[in-house]
Amino acid sequence: MTTTGAESAPGPSKAQPAVTTRPRAAIAERTLRKDRWWLPPGIVAIGLAAWVTYATVRVFLKENYWVAEHHYLTPFYSPCVSLECIPEAAHFGRFVPDLPILPYAVISLPILLLFRLTCYYYRKAYYRSFWLSPPACAVPDGHARYTGETRFPLVLQNFHRYTFYLVVVITAINTWDMFLAFGGEAGFGIGLGNLVLLLNVIFLWLYTLSCHSCRHVTGGRLKHFSKHPIRYRWWTFVSRINPKHMQFAWISLGTLALVDAYVMAVSAGWITDLRFFN
Amino acid sequence: MRNFRIWRGDASSGALEDYQVEVNEGEVVLDVLHRLQATQTPDLACRWNCKAGKCGSCSVEINGMPKLACMTRMSTFTADETITVTPLRTFPVIRDLVTDVSYNYVKAREMPAFSPPPDLAPGEYRMQQVDVERSQEFRKCIECFLCQNVCHVVRDHEENKLAFAGPRLFIRAAELDMHPLDARTDRKEHTRDRQGVGYCNITKCCTEVCPEHIKITDNAIIPMKERVVDRRYDPLVWLGRKIFRRDQVEQQAAAEDTTPAPASPETVTHRASPGQVNWAQEIQVPPAPAVGPDGRFAMSEVLIDRAGAPSPFGDDVTFPVDPEQLRYLHPRTDED
Ligand code: SF4
Ligand code: SF4
Ligand code: FES
Ligand code: FES
Repeated sequence: MTTTGAESAPGPSKAQPAVTTRPRAAIAERTLRKDRWWLPPGIVAIGLAAWVTYATVRVFLKENYWVAEHHYLTPFYSPCVSLECIPEAAHFGRFVPDLPILPYAVISLPILLLFRLTCYYYRKAYYRSFWLSPPACAVPDGHARYTGETRFPLVLQNFHRYTFYLVVVITAINTWDMFLAFGGEAGFGIGLGNLVLLLNVIFLWLYTLSCHSCRHVTGGRLKHFSKHPIRYRWWTFVSRINPKHMQFAWISLGTLALVDAYVMAVSAGWITDLRFFN
Repeated sequence: MRNFRIWRGDASSGALEDYQVEVNEGEVVLDVLHRLQATQTPDLACRWNCKAGKCGSCSVEINGMPKLACMTRMSTFTADETITVTPLRTFPVIRDLVTDVSYNYVKAREMPAFSPPPDLAPGEYRMQQVDVERSQEFRKCIECFLCQNVCHVVRDHEENKLAFAGPRLFIRAAELDMHPLDARTDRKEHTRDRQGVGYCNITKCCTEVCPEHIKITDNAIIPMKERVVDRRYDPLVWLGRKIFRRDQVEQQAAAEDTTPAPASPETVTHRASPGQVNWAQEIQVPPAPAVGPDGRFAMSEVLIDRAGAPSPFGDDVTFPVDPEQLRYLHPRTDED
């Protein structure tokens, strides 16, 4: 059984016992589950589809993303790097030519998309809801053949960790935008928009830091926690929020849409920002 | 009276059959199966042992979901509900509710055992609680194989059984890889190449059915996938490998990693003083115990033709053996 990865291709040893030849119980029904097993994947499918539709429309609208009076910037346009961006909204410079197929935040959005696409939770969500592999437990897979994440392209899911590193930077930028929004045209002030932005940033951080890759790199990869007390503390913290990763994934989707809708509404003049201070 | 539908049959054929059984308050599905055996179908085959959710024998599928029959309370069903009990789908059926779970033992046997550090003798192992905590969660496993049964990788794709070891073995891999004293360095490669962790798409059904509530996916499979990334998909590590040819070094190390050979008879004989023992006589070599077509012992009690394991000395050897026939001198302590 001594082996290293280099010498053996993925696959079993040749001398396999005949575990695969004898028949299983002949049960005609594909599944005997009687509960509404299709409901959770159905809800997830509708939720994700709705969110993606909203986000796509908003990202290519290219307007109503900046409230000049209060300096609110929606995360869908942050950092705004297109040459067409409103200059005040571009906190990190404008250097990308504007093309119809490119969103204004052309650097951050693809990274965020890849991050969520390769996230261990979203993988579960879309493998179940869209790929039906499997739609629910003890319900048959919708596919005749299955190789999981062993082949291209799904083997690329293993690069989730690197998108995590990049997204930490983007979340820091969102946090920076959130702080800048406390100083509008009239100086320091607090409005409902600030609170919504703050709420969003909190959940973005909770989602990002509860990432399984984060849990691994902060301390999970260690063999001896006792030799790395600081990293053990980090790992303990991440392990505390990690079980809620799914909840944070959904809540942060919700707060992202909320912030964006709020900024859009204020920017378009549909509502006025509720001010608590100045 | 409650309605039950139970799969009856064997490897050649079978069907769901309807039964009406009396159910009393506080009972579990296994109680009802036993009442059926006692009153209506004495030949109903089901496996069980502890009736306390601790032996992992009574795994069946109840209304389509993999469950322990002894831990599924009748009070969770409505009075008019028909309760369907079927054998585990993923494994070959033997009879009625009993399946042959050898697959899991075969996969367990392929797992390299704990390998202690070479510089420590047994009894010298010292570990801190924080270091062993993660592995301890996985020791709760009762080997009910519900997770192995529900996993769609093998449940819906029989051909993947060759390449895929299954969630129960992934927690074993994680347990050993996280063990502070395990000396093996190739466990991540083993998990990727021999256990097929890449087949798992983390859809978490194993976690959903585990009666011990082990967080199989979050605490074992995903950490193992991340550890595999460390070794296999990290561009910097990969580059380092190519430049420094570390692959070859590891292969050599693995080749040298052999267990010490058992002491040969010669080294023993020169210690014993020559008595009446005929050291040169031929010893009759007993026939090896019976093995299956795969060259191995039968794995499960139902397939083996006797109670207990086969004798390593061969079935036709009876004990005690006549000492005259042996190259053996019994040490005498009463002489001095
Ligand atoms: S999470 Fe992985 S191992 Fe567990 S049931 Fe799903 S595919 Fe199988
Ligand atoms: S991990 Fe859980 S479900 Fe799987 S064999 Fe062990 S106790 Fe059973
Ligand atoms: S972001 Fe979900 S696991 Fe990394
Ligand atoms: S009989 Fe032991 S687990 Fe059910």
